[in-house]
Order: sequence, then structure tokens, then C-alpha cells
Amino acid sequence: MAKQLRLNLKKNKLKFSVTVTLKKDVLDPQGKVVQNTLQTLGMDNLKSIRQGKYFEIELDDSDSKTAEKKVNDMCKKLLANLIIEDYKVSKI
Amino acid sequence: MNSSVIVFPGSNCDRDIATALEKMQFKNQMVWHKETKLPKSDLIVVPGGFSYGDYLRSGAIAGKSLIINEVIKAANEGCLILGICNGFQILTETGLLKGVLLRNKNLKFINKDINIKVINSDTKFSNKYKKNQILKINIAHNEGNYFTNSDHLNELKNENLIAFKYCDKDGNVNESANPNGSLENIAGIFNSKKNILGMMPHPERMVDNLISNTDGINLFSSLLK
Repeated sequence: MAKQLRLNLKKNKLKFSVTVTLKKDVLDPQGKVVQNTLQTLGMDNLKSIRQGKYFEIELDDSDSKTAEKKVNDMCKKLLANLIIEDYKVSKI
Repeated sequence: MNSSVIVFPGSNCDRDIATALEKMQFKNQMVWHKETKLPKSDLIVVPGGFSYGDYLRSGAIAGKSLIINEVIKAANEGCLILGICNGFQILTETGLLKGVLLRNKNLKFINKDINIKVINSDTKFSNKYKKNQILKINIAHNEGNYFTNSDHLNELKNENLIAFKYCDKDGNVNESANPNGSLENIAGIFNSKKNILGMMPHPERMVDNLISNTDGINLFSSLLK
């Protein structure tokens, strides 16, 4: 019984990852500093670094389509500021 | 005039602004962010500080708090709204003001007295100032680098919606007088109806000669009916 319940719970859980990064044209001073520091450490062939944010989101949902839509809504409403940031959602 | 100051966890200029408002004879009330009703207000102030520890983005969490829905409603009904520093960041996150405040160009928290120029003195917030008047005023922020798209920048210019610009002590608006990298040295803007002002500098810190100067007083006296 308990085992079955755990299985059901597992089935109803969907996990997504979201990465939020600054848009291409927006200056990313933190990324730039990280890049400069790596270059001083001798990473000569380093071309560019953009720093961003990473979220892992778990949903109680069995339908991956509606779940993904919800995650997209979360991004638009709070996780990303669409004026300066882009986001990418992937299922994990 | 009745005023309300919204208080978030992490606000730290809320009592300064309340003191300034009371000095100018406003009847002020503090409103906790979990409230769902605003007291009758002619002016709502969203104060400076570090609401929610600047988690996610400065102002992002406060911008979705319960009381903000009431602030948006009041703003749409024409109530005067003033956002200072973190308050400006919160107003951009709610969409009441367009644009965004990015990390300072030099990546440093800047706390110093700088000069700003009054660009539009024909509003409810600035009518006691003279156009092009130079003020000495304090800034204290890490994300004050104002940025917006070119359409909105044109709108700001064409409709005279830029309130203040950073300048040097002689009033020259140039790159060396720009402390944080803001687009066109912008230090404060109005919405299109000019009932909302967002600004990074702190006028509430400039209301008493004993601790600074009185360059901020006219902002509050402009608002008095």
C-alpha cells in the first residue's frame, strides 16, 4: 500500500530546470569580471562568459504539457524580467 | 495631505521618509506589506532599503506583495506615488514605471552625495524647484543603472518625463558626472500621467541642515496642496 502510494507520488511529479540569463545586448558586468579573472589564471582561449541564474522546479502534475506551461508562466511572472533577461525551460 | 509609507521586510529608509513627511505636515501612516487595504492617501511612498534582501532581483519579490495590488489600483485612479531607490526598483518590477535598474556599471555599491539637475519642474512633484536647478543629494545603491528600450527613451524625452539627471556641480550632464552608468544620466522618471515618480537619489535625507542640506524639501513641499 505504502509502496503503491510512493509510486503514485513519483508518477505525479515533474521536474524542470530554468536558466535565466541577461539578454545578449545587456551588459553583464559580473560575467565580464569572471571572464577577466579566468583569463588572468591563464585560460587564454576563453572567448566570453555570461553569468545567469538556475532554478530546479518540481510540480505535482502528471501532464507534462500543462506543467511546462505553468513553469513558463512562473518565468514570465517572476523568475525573469523580460526587459533584460531571457529564460530557457527544460524537462529533467 | 494624507500619506502612506509601505514597509517591507528589509526596508530601511521607511522611518527617514516618515520623518521628512511629518516635518512637512503630512499626516502619515506606515502600511505593512501584508495589508490588503490602504488608508485614504493622497501620496503613497515606496521607500528605499533592501526589501527581501534583494533576493532574485532588487524589488522583484516586493513587487508581487499583497499591498502592491492596492498601490497599483490607487496609481491607476490617479493617486500620487513616489518610489525612492529600492522603491523605484519595486515600481519598475510592478510595471508602474517602465524600464529597469541594472547593476552599477562599476559593480560597486555607491554611497555619496552627488549632483542632479531638475529637468521637468512642471509636475506635482517638482513645481517648487526651478527648471535646471542643481541639487546636492545623496545616493546609496548597488543597482541604479537605469536602462530602457529606445521607444520608451524617446517617449521619456518627447513627453518630458525625465525628472532628474545626474550632473556635475556646474550642471553639466556628461559621462564623468554619471555615477552608475544610467542611460542618458537619468536619475528619476515620471510615468506618462506624471502621477508616479521613481528616483534613485534620496530626497528624504536632505531635509535638515543639521545632518545634510535642505535640497530635498521642495520635493515634499511641491506635493502639498
